[in-house]
Amino acid sequence: MRVIVPFGVSLILAAPALAFEAELEVEIPQLSVAEYHRPYLAAWIERPDRSVVTTLALWYDLDNPKGEGDKWLKDIRQWWRRVGRDVEVPIDGVTSATRAPGTHAIGIDLTEPPLARLPEGDYTLVVEAAREVGGRELLKIPFAWPIASPQTLKAEGKNELGDVVLELKP
Amino acid sequence: MTVIRLATALFLVLLPATAQAHRAWLLPSATVLSGDEAWITVDAAISNELFYFEHHPLLLEGLSIVGPKGTEIAPQNESTGKYRSTFDIELKEPGTYKLAVAGDGLFASYEVNGERKRWRGKPENLSKEIPDGAEKLTVTQSQRRLETYATLGAPSKEALETTGKGLELAPITHPNDLFAGEEAQFKLLVDGEPAPNVEVSIIRGGNRYRDTLGEIKVTTGEDGSFAVTWPEPGMYWLEASATDGKTTIDKATERRLGYVATLEVLPE
Repeated sequence: MRVIVPFGVSLILAAPALAFEAELEVEIPQLSVAEYHRPYLAAWIERPDRSVVTTLALWYDLDNPKGEGDKWLKDIRQWWRRVGRDVEVPIDGVTSATRAPGTHAIGIDLTEPPLARLPEGDYTLVVEAAREVGGRELLKIPFAWPIASPQTLKAEGKNELGDVVLELKP
Repeated sequence: MTVIRLATALFLVLLPATAQAHRAWLLPSATVLSGDEAWITVDAAISNELFYFEHHPLLLEGLSIVGPKGTEIAPQNESTGKYRSTFDIELKEPGTYKLAVAGDGLFASYEVNGERKRWRGKPENLSKEIPDGAEKLTVTQSQRRLETYATLGAPSKEALETTGKGLELAPITHPNDLFAGEEAQFKLLVDGEPAPNVEVSIIRGGNRYRDTLGEIKVTTGEDGSFAVTWPEPGMYWLEASATDGKTTIDKATERRLGYVATLEVLPE
């Protein structure tokens, strides 16, 4: 059965959820190294006291044939400290396989809690990447919530990350 | 003549101190681990530089490992070589593990026919090994403890329980949750009671490749507590020592207490 909702009603119902949009793009740089492994990566949103609102993405070797994918999660050090060591992986809708060099979009769902009810305040988007036999890099993008006008916020990585871009639209 | 006698006296006084200037330590292969289970391997040595194997192995007599549930865990693959001892631990359950090497020994000095002798050994051998005719016998008890910690998954507290014997560290900040630029707090205890006014020396490993030791010195407060803000990430050696008259062996008149911890500080 199909329920037909009058156009006007659906607009009103959806309005609070559609009020904001957020997009995150993360660039994994192409590296010229003898032994390359795709980086483990975590992206999350922090409050001013460094506590974590939510993990947006966790890329790791979750299908490791020896079941050793979670052995190196601790190398995403800050994420491990703030979130990882207290949760079970994989996390539904958050964890996925590692990605090849290139630019990748990470979906941010503002219609689901806790982001749908994010209280007004100052927050930081954090992206941390750690590569086996390689380096580690952590980038931060501070932002104030809610936003009044469209914003494109950017952080540039030096080693393990390329450009990280957070687009916020009211 | 007086000068020579003074020099000899100084030498005798300094000898034990010099022997203690070597640094004893446990060095775990990792302190923060993820996954369902993990292994760590641990080196144990006595050296000048931290953390290099260049002087003596640390004997594993007195090794104990306490697991996340507060129960004893057996080490595996123990061996002692020319410059270091080593052992492995299988971390089968999540939480914090405390590794300790604790020792209780005696030092004695005495004279036989005017000749000065020194003795070192276990309490039960004292009366057997020191001759009946010994004069000017002084016996010193030595209690020392070396520790380090490792955590699989989230840190836990059960293994951090202190034993109430000798000089010990009671962490306030979890010892596997140390980060550069952050302050960590600890309490030093003697026989389970706060140890006030004890100097604590903290040195970051890798001093072979730097010109200055970079020693951090802090003194414990009235409640035995002290705090340190880690200047850089690295493996740190923390040492404290004290003396008192609370010997647990009848013939000993003085007790020397030593404590060492190896603590890993990660980059922010």
